[in-house]
Amino acid sequence: MKKTALDFWVGLFVLLGAAALLFLALKAGNMSSLSFQSTYTVKLDFDNVGSLKPRAPVKSAGVTVGRVTQISFNPQSYQAVVTIAIDSQYPFPKDSSAQILTAGLLGEQYIGLLPGADTDMLKNGDSITMTQSAVVLENLIGQFLYNKAADSGASKGAATSTPPAPGAK
Amino acid sequence: MIAALGRWVLNGIGRTGYATRMFVRLTMMLFATLRRPQLVIKQILFVGNYSLLIIAVSGLFVGFVLGLQGYYTLNRYGSEQALGLLVALSLVRELGPVVAALLYAGRAGTSLTAEIGLMKAGEQLTAMEMMAVDPVRYVLAPRFWAGVIAMPVLAAIFSAVGILGGYVVGVLLIGVDAGAFWSQMQGGVDVWQDVGNGVIKSIVFGFAVTFVALYQGYEAKATPEGVAGATTRTVVFASLAVLALDFLLTALMFN
Repeated sequence: MKKTALDFWVGLFVLLGAAALLFLALKAGNMSSLSFQSTYTVKLDFDNVGSLKPRAPVKSAGVTVGRVTQISFNPQSYQAVVTIAIDSQYPFPKDSSAQILTAGLLGEQYIGLLPGADTDMLKNGDSITMTQSAVVLENLIGQFLYNKAADSGASKGAATSTPPAPGAK
Repeated sequence: MIAALGRWVLNGIGRTGYATRMFVRLTMMLFATLRRPQLVIKQILFVGNYSLLIIAVSGLFVGFVLGLQGYYTLNRYGSEQALGLLVALSLVRELGPVVAALLYAGRAGTSLTAEIGLMKAGEQLTAMEMMAVDPVRYVLAPRFWAGVIAMPVLAAIFSAVGILGGYVVGVLLIGVDAGAFWSQMQGGVDVWQDVGNGVIKSIVFGFAVTFVALYQGYEAKATPEGVAGATTRTVVFASLAVLALDFLLTALMFN
């Protein structure tokens, strides 16, 4: 089979396509951050995960150290179980705590890890129980309104009948 | 009238069966075709390389428009940083495979139909059959597989060029932050979920469009009007097939 000029152009065409795919995978996609290095998984129990999504970043001190792999519901404790994979190169103490934070006011939610002071490190399959749930805006507003109403009710009550309790306004 | 309706239904079912049989036959010829790669390479040059220019230019302009329009919409919510994500996701998941397939149907599909149709009108296919040469094997199958190979390549080039077009308008002309443009894109585009499924889509479109083009050419009436009608039908049916398949695949893949 002899080579022809045609082979060159078709080869160029296919290579161009491969380059385009590579561009899509590396530059547009997250293949470069899709680390093939080993990770260890840790389970976190949250009362409320808000709108946390799988593949959301796990950050400590603002640096991405892992990703959320799975979010499930535990029917025994009625809590959300978030499984995260942390890069093996970042060991964390056993008594680390986790919280769900929001990037910006309306940005995506991520998990913040606060390292503890234990000398033992987290191992594969461990779980973190010291967690702080996502802030749900509706609950926050509800709480605010409730406090406001309680405050005004208390002050009205104080003005009419009972002597003011110390600290009440 | 009822007889006509019945004949129409029976004919339709018969044609569907015939088309399915031909599709299966063409698909089964993968290995027989790959044993003569020179035939396929020649056809890839024909359907792939020659479609490259229109695909790249269209991709560039689609990227421009996505950049402008996306900025206009996102700016209202103060989140023009997400422009890169919007451009990349629209292109990789939907616009890249679909628009590339529609352009491919117009650029390469029609010429395949016309070529095969004229071969039939010139009784070349009959002559081959007389010489005990199977036209499906030596004429249709190389073109079919060349189309299936060329389509994902064209779609990937379309998406890549489109993202660059969005970058030119969004970052260079409007002034969105380049770092945010790329990092939001990388944060939101998944390699397998988005890019991979886009490639699967374009392969399916490659099968569909090339098959419609070849079938219409092979079944064209052996007259000038017949070839003209077949070419028109190629564009109409291939476009409809692409859009319908796109809806199906999107519903299957992304939910």
